[in-house]
Amino acid sequence: MPLIIGMSVLLICQFLGELVARGLMLPVPGPVFGMVILLVGLMVRGKVPDSLRMTGEGLLRYLTLLFVPAGVGLMVHFRLIGQDLWPILITLVLSTAVTLGVTAWVLDRMNRRRGSRP
Amino acid sequence: MNVAELDQLWVYLSGSPLLSLLATLVVFALAVRINSAMGGTPLLHPVTLSIAILIGLLMLVDMDYATYFEGAQFIHFLLGPATVALAIPLYDHRERVRRLLVPLLIACMTGIVTAVASTLGLAMALGARTETVLSLAPRSVTSPIAMGIAEQIGGIPSLAAGLVLLTGSIGCALSPWVFRLLRVTDPAVQGFTLGLAAHGFGTAQAFARIGVVAGAFSGLAMGLAGLLTAFLLPLLTRLFGLGG
Repeated sequence: MPLIIGMSVLLICQFLGELVARGLMLPVPGPVFGMVILLVGLMVRGKVPDSLRMTGEGLLRYLTLLFVPAGVGLMVHFRLIGQDLWPILITLVLSTAVTLGVTAWVLDRMNRRRGSRP
Repeated sequence: MNVAELDQLWVYLSGSPLLSLLATLVVFALAVRINSAMGGTPLLHPVTLSIAILIGLLMLVDMDYATYFEGAQFIHFLLGPATVALAIPLYDHRERVRRLLVPLLIACMTGIVTAVASTLGLAMALGARTETVLSLAPRSVTSPIAMGIAEQIGGIPSLAAGLVLLTGSIGCALSPWVFRLLRVTDPAVQGFTLGLAAHGFGTAQAFARIGVVAGAFSGLAMGLAGLLTAFLLPLLTRLFGLGG
């Protein structure tokens, strides 16, 4: 039973999130709002029920697998990507490296200055 | 004894969701094995490796993506509840998040502006076509958001989705080097950076490689970056004189 209850809670939050996203016509996916809704719910309740923790952490443990079907979708875009292959690849690699570097550097600096490292 | 013809068997198998569902699971398990046999190198991330193997297989047996997805959608569907479940680690680490809220917001804004500006600047300098440039712009946010944004600013949604996936793999592959170079060791910082630059792929990587704290911050970054990008990007592209 805990698995069913946990999954139902997650799906209810996702459902409410979809309603918010579509109702307000926002370009943000429903599950992202679902996450916010669940977070607010957990704060109101003050603890994570065991059933929810079991289901949620089980799903998160296999999060990488869940991206595979969408990733295979890349094959549909080969032609479009191929038309601008080198600009795309160079841009992606350089820009991703710069983004990683800048974000990590900024956050690390501020984190250290606040002296809130564990 | 009657034995079905091989091609008839194939017609049945390739039409049912069973085969692609099974193939996805088996290939992923294999990719995890290969990756750990290679010492867990980020260059051959299990997800990237699985995607490459599966695309190869589909091309080999001449199955199109829509047919494959009929089976694989059962796995894909779980992404929704899994995204919702990101609230759990976030709740567990709420004290740390609250304490770091201002730095996190500033880092998120800086990261988004860096991602978009460097992407637009580089792609334009390298001579990519305007639709490509506009499809590249939202590449560091999770694909449903990126597709919506691309459409809004005049890019190609399906191309944007493909570029998001590539960005995710590249981000996961590059991150260990970037962290080592900058001597960033705090799992919260590593996770947040991964979630911001490489969306869901980064979050999955943070959970799998670094730990729960990194995963929590990564999920937070993914959500925040998605929300902020949706509002910031149309303004930024206008600044570069693209679209309207």
